[in-house]
Amino acid sequence: MSELVIEAGRAEGQYWRDLWRYRELFYFLAWRDLLVRYKQTFVGVGWSLIRPLLTMMVLTIVFGKLGKMPSGGLPYPLLVLCGMLPWQFFSMAMSESGNSLVSNSNLISKVYFPRLVITVSSVITSFVDFVISMAFLAILMIWYRFTPPAQLFLLPLFVLLVFGASLGVGLWISALMVEYRDFRFIVPFIVQFGLYISPVGFQSSVVPQRFRFFYALNPMVGIIDGFRWCILGARSSVYWPGISIAVIDVTALMLSGLWYFRRTEQTFADVI
Amino acid sequence: MQNVTSTQSEMSDTAISITNLGKRYTLGHQRPKGDGMRHAIESAIRSPIAWIRQRQKERRWETEFWALRNVSLTIKRGEVVGIIGRNGAGKSTLLKLLSRITEPTEGRIRIDGRIASLLEVGTGFHQELTGRENIFLNGAILGMTRAEIVRKFDEIVAFSEVEEFLDTPVKRYSSGMYVRLAFAVAAHLEPEILIVDEVLAVGDSAFQKKCLGKMGSFAESGRTVLFVSHNLDAVRSLCQTGIWLKDGNIHMNGPAGEVIDSYLSSVSQEHSFSFENQDYGLTIEKIALKNDRGTECGVFSPGEDLIVEICYTAHKRIEKPIIALGVLGVNGACFTSNMLLDGHQPDYIEGTGQISCTFRSIPLLPQNYSIKMRIQSGESRENIVSYQDVAFFSVAGDLADYGYRGEFWKWARHSTPVVVPYEWRFADGTTASVALQRIPQMADSVGTHNKI
Repeated sequence: MSELVIEAGRAEGQYWRDLWRYRELFYFLAWRDLLVRYKQTFVGVGWSLIRPLLTMMVLTIVFGKLGKMPSGGLPYPLLVLCGMLPWQFFSMAMSESGNSLVSNSNLISKVYFPRLVITVSSVITSFVDFVISMAFLAILMIWYRFTPPAQLFLLPLFVLLVFGASLGVGLWISALMVEYRDFRFIVPFIVQFGLYISPVGFQSSVVPQRFRFFYALNPMVGIIDGFRWCILGARSSVYWPGISIAVIDVTALMLSGLWYFRRTEQTFADVI
Repeated sequence: MQNVTSTQSEMSDTAISITNLGKRYTLGHQRPKGDGMRHAIESAIRSPIAWIRQRQKERRWETEFWALRNVSLTIKRGEVVGIIGRNGAGKSTLLKLLSRITEPTEGRIRIDGRIASLLEVGTGFHQELTGRENIFLNGAILGMTRAEIVRKFDEIVAFSEVEEFLDTPVKRYSSGMYVRLAFAVAAHLEPEILIVDEVLAVGDSAFQKKCLGKMGSFAESGRTVLFVSHNLDAVRSLCQTGIWLKDGNIHMNGPAGEVIDSYLSSVSQEHSFSFENQDYGLTIEKIALKNDRGTECGVFSPGEDLIVEICYTAHKRIEKPIIALGVLGVNGACFTSNMLLDGHQPDYIEGTGQISCTFRSIPLLPQNYSIKMRIQSGESRENIVSYQDVAFFSVAGDLADYGYRGEFWKWARHSTPVVVPYEWRFADGTTASVALQRIPQMADSVGTHNKI
């Protein structure tokens, strides 16, 4: 027989037990969001292919053709797509999970379950799109008859890293958004701005060497570098300290995000 | 209570025990929005220490409000408990604390057994998803595992009576189908303790009976039910124990029938207003609210007549007094009766007597209301009596009886309270009308209890 004690500041252990008990809800909420997203659309799931395709074309033209950025002997579309996949996942997860608590406020004020489920499953939803776009990258690589290097097997590590970055930022923003709806305006701004300060349309090697350390403080720099290194090989220059900075950044984001989320979680239902 | 089965007797007899429970809400919590974050960031950056001090000071100044305080309570296994009280008495807060939606500020709750709450049927339903998909989604949100849902799927579908529409998005469902499906999922949770809040506020009466039946059989199988409703009849027939919450405290706890009776009689007498104006020699003894059968009451059904009776003693003769009565809702006056406008003053009042005004079939939504009253001298137009809140009443009823079946029907609780019948006419000539229907059942029950 399960006995439950409810008190102010209840035990942390209970929370993680509950999270385990509600583990299937991660799946159900992500499934709901995916199912709903393409209902009553004509192209359907095709959108998760059309979006990266169009963005890739624009970025290739702007940076590769007009900007004449160095490609290091690689097909520019591949270069752009490798940067865009983690970036689109990150930016989409940030906007979706940032809104996740507020858009599920009816659930929060009516039923109990660990609120972490909501934010995490919205990141999972964006991750599914990311996987679909990966297939698109594979097709493009076949088209260019490009053979990936041996370090491809390290890619899951960078996928994990970008997942962590998305989740960390998502936790912060979703919890902040409950009280400060200001983030509804801040997030689109970060997304727009971030596309240009992260090496999405160009390689991070174009940044002068003495600024590279500061440039790499943005965790997406290390992550995108890592993606290009794993998928396209050593020819695209990697700034190694940047990758370790990204690991530190992501760990800090995750832990602090989790801390802030848990700290404010008890009052979500009262404030939302 | 008595029907403890063999498996349960091994366990403790107590399902829920609550000690000194309190929940405090901070009212000025939501600071002016435009100012909120900009100010917080700016001042935090400028001088962090001063900012922290400031925050602490602000906290001290924010008004605190205890929605619930010092509540101690023991609920036995298998007991069916009805919780009653006026709006804002703390019922919902108690249920929210029990179902862990929000955390208590002080005190503790011990719950023995799996608990499930139906604070609102259809929570988590998604309009775009089909009935089948929603069964799974809603089940998971309410805490069922996938395997459990699969096992009970057929049962849920049978109970909901929507087999043919399982693969239709629920946005195309009628409100009745929607509620049936939602309740069906919730009813198959099979927890040991069930918390129910106003699930019967929607749906047709046949389905309401079915829901009540389900809850009844649930209780008979020895499980614990906590039930909050404005439908006192349902509370009376379902519950053994009644808990009357008032201003965040337990005002009375005992057999359901007794608690409801004293609640009903108190609601009508709670706010007895009396007043004396010595200059004019007028004493208002009492303001009584009565329903159309002449019984004093504090809870009205939508569409019932509201009689406001002024009992007075005029020690001096007052010529042509001008009386005005107003019914106030949350947002201000709903309607008034004003002799200044209609010109029907009595010639004079003298001695002890009564003047009453009947508001015919009050078209009000279920909310709380108060009466304001003004009596002016006919000669000088001077106010003899002018008071707000001379009497209070609430309207209780199912929103479905107003013909409300929209997606946001719940908003009616905060909506403009007066409803006049209306009719939509569409381009193709079809019409849809929204009108109040009398529900004699509820009205009768309130009336008979008062006569006892």
